Amino acid sequence: MSDELADICERIGREVCIMEVCGTHTVSIFRNGIRSMLPPTLRLVSGPGCPVCVTAQRYIDAAMDLAGRAEVIVATYGDMVRVPGRHGSLETQRAAGADVRVVYSIRDAVELAARNPDRTVVFIGVGFETTAPATAAAIREAYTRRINNFCVLSAHKRVVPAMRALLEAEDVPLDGFLCPGHVSVIIGAQAYKPIVEEYNRACVIAGFEPMQILQGLLHLVRQIKQGEAKLDNAYGIAVKDEGNLTALRLIDEVFEVSDAVWRAMGVIPQSGLEIQQKYAQFDALRRFDLQLGADEDPPGCRCGEVIQGKIEPPQCSLFSQQCTPLHPVGPCMVSSEGTCSAWFKYGVRGTSRASKPRA
Amino acid sequence: MWVSHRRSLTVAVLIVGGPPLKRWATRPKVRNQRDFELWTLDLGLANSVSETSQPDTPRIVLAHGGGGELMQELIKSHILPKLGNAMLNRLTDGAVLGPVTGDLVFTSDAFVVTPLEFPGGDIGRLAVCGTVNDLAMMGARPVALSLAMVIEEGTPLDLLDRILDSVAQAAAEAGTCIATGDTKVVERRGGGGMILTTAGVGERLAEARLDTKRIRAGDCLIVNGCIAEHGLAIMAVREGFEFETELRSDAAPLNNLVEMVLSCGYDVKFLRDPTRGGLATVLADLADDTGLSVEITESALPITAVARHAAELLGLDPLGVANEGKCLMCVSAADADKMLAALRKHPLGAEAAIIGRITDARPPLVEMVTVVGGRRVVQRPYGEELPRIC
Repeated sequence: MSDELADICERIGREVCIMEVCGTHTVSIFRNGIRSMLPPTLRLVSGPGCPVCVTAQRYIDAAMDLAGRAEVIVATYGDMVRVPGRHGSLETQRAAGADVRVVYSIRDAVELAARNPDRTVVFIGVGFETTAPATAAAIREAYTRRINNFCVLSAHKRVVPAMRALLEAEDVPLDGFLCPGHVSVIIGAQAYKPIVEEYNRACVIAGFEPMQILQGLLHLVRQIKQGEAKLDNAYGIAVKDEGNLTALRLIDEVFEVSDAVWRAMGVIPQSGLEIQQKYAQFDALRRFDLQLGADEDPPGCRCGEVIQGKIEPPQCSLFSQQCTPLHPVGPCMVSSEGTCSAWFKYGVRGTSRASKPRA
Repeated sequence: MWVSHRRSLTVAVLIVGGPPLKRWATRPKVRNQRDFELWTLDLGLANSVSETSQPDTPRIVLAHGGGGELMQELIKSHILPKLGNAMLNRLTDGAVLGPVTGDLVFTSDAFVVTPLEFPGGDIGRLAVCGTVNDLAMMGARPVALSLAMVIEEGTPLDLLDRILDSVAQAAAEAGTCIATGDTKVVERRGGGGMILTTAGVGERLAEARLDTKRIRAGDCLIVNGCIAEHGLAIMAVREGFEFETELRSDAAPLNNLVEMVLSCGYDVKFLRDPTRGGLATVLADLADDTGLSVEITESALPITAVARHAAELLGLDPLGVANEGKCLMCVSAADADKMLAALRKHPLGAEAAIIGRITDARPPLVEMVTVVGGRRVVQRPYGEELPRIC
């Protein structure tokens, strides 16, 4: 399959630039050494698909603020724990006595609230349309079971508006998108139609196994060679055109679409999911009357450019020097799906990290 | 995103109905308060002891470590019947091992595993295997072990009995014994259970010519069986996965296997058991020590489907997960096939495989040729692996 890719790319005769939007794709591409199999004129760029990485600093600081309150138990998925905020991370706060629990499912956070009626459990809700239905289900469960000491700091985001924002900004000359598999299970293949129709970019939905990714790339370069921009679902086994309607209804019932702020990308219209008025008591922002502050990104950290595909991690002067998985400066090095973490862990011979002798 | 993605999707998809993808159906379940507590990051502190027994169960009390009558009774009715041998039964301050002809090898280890009992073993089996294997990796035959137990008060005596049985069983498998030991009891600290410390003395086999300086490009790397099972079995129990029963720790004493390989005269240059840090760490150490590169082939790595899926679900790279009954062997290419055939006849080597070779590519790195034919660097895992989100 890599021969066919090389053959088509050679016939295209120029550099082709494809963005993999999803962090899971990024990690799978690195873990399977797929970059080493691609022709030199096919460039893969990682996109804003790691939920921890795209979360603006102001949410991290809000989570830290909440964790500092005696009556609060902060429940979160693991990756958020180590993201540095203005004053340390949730991990350092936990070490200093804050009650921060890592949960594997938001339902655990609901149970935690049911078990601790005298405390308020705040779940840090990050993620795209994949995790949003689970958050919606949990909020609805808390609502029905009258678990009033549960709430969510919602930083949930929508993928397609971010793709649109990247194309509007025109910073990276993208020929097409390798669209995420899991998000697409929920939102459906047709969600990418505007990208194809309004922006004339090829979109191919692919699974996460290495062969599925290569297949997806093949579909993309074939389109690009033909000068076409089509929507192509190469992951039909899991992704339907219309998506998962039950999950979408759940999102609709609990959230409303809003403008949202992304790390370094600023406010992207229609890209966020805000908790509806009916469920206002489960919205941590309203419940604690929290004002999100300004974003103070760590000095020197270029995660903002990494998530937009503007630079590759080794172009950041902190990468693998001050910023490593052990001592991460920015979220892209913390998160298991972060682009910097993938480069650091699985680089290929010849990339700057891999060429350095081990300490 | 792997894991958490699937996990979160599991929630989304299973709750609201979606595409029936079989693997997503494997999800953690909360069965009781204890599982729940185990989930909420109190992992390292989980007390596996107190919940499992009745209130009137005979338990360890502080006086069991006090040096008096109660301690005598503990030794005479629980420890000696299980671990007793000519040296230990004398209850002297130390064991006299007698003269040996080869070089002496000496090693020490501490064990703090939670939970104390897990599929495929317990802390007792682990302690013996860990120490025996450290000796074996040095090319040594174990002569005798010591066992020091620091037990928390409240630990049920029947749990202690089971652990002592495991110690005896593993020592018998290795053909060695506990020659000396110590018991202390500490007040309840909520840490749960016990800490074991073992030391081992071994006699280096005359045939052992283990030296990384002898390693050359072209040498082959062999592992004696399926990887990542110990670490995954423990993680699966801690996280309450449904497939926990299918994952078993591989804890086993490797000295007999090593002795067989060395006595056959194969040109073995390096032995190391990939425990904490997994195979990735051993391979990285090898590249560092030799200044040569290591190339492994993903499709050649022996790993069960259950382990591969469990690792994926937990977001772990199997190469970075601990083993307790595995050994990475570096052997000259000329002997590799013969040695592989010999290993496969041994019960602990039935699934042995040549997983890669040493190369002189510069700079020295560990690289893996992936299933699809790509190449990527393999590095030591970096500290704590975090559970995933999204």
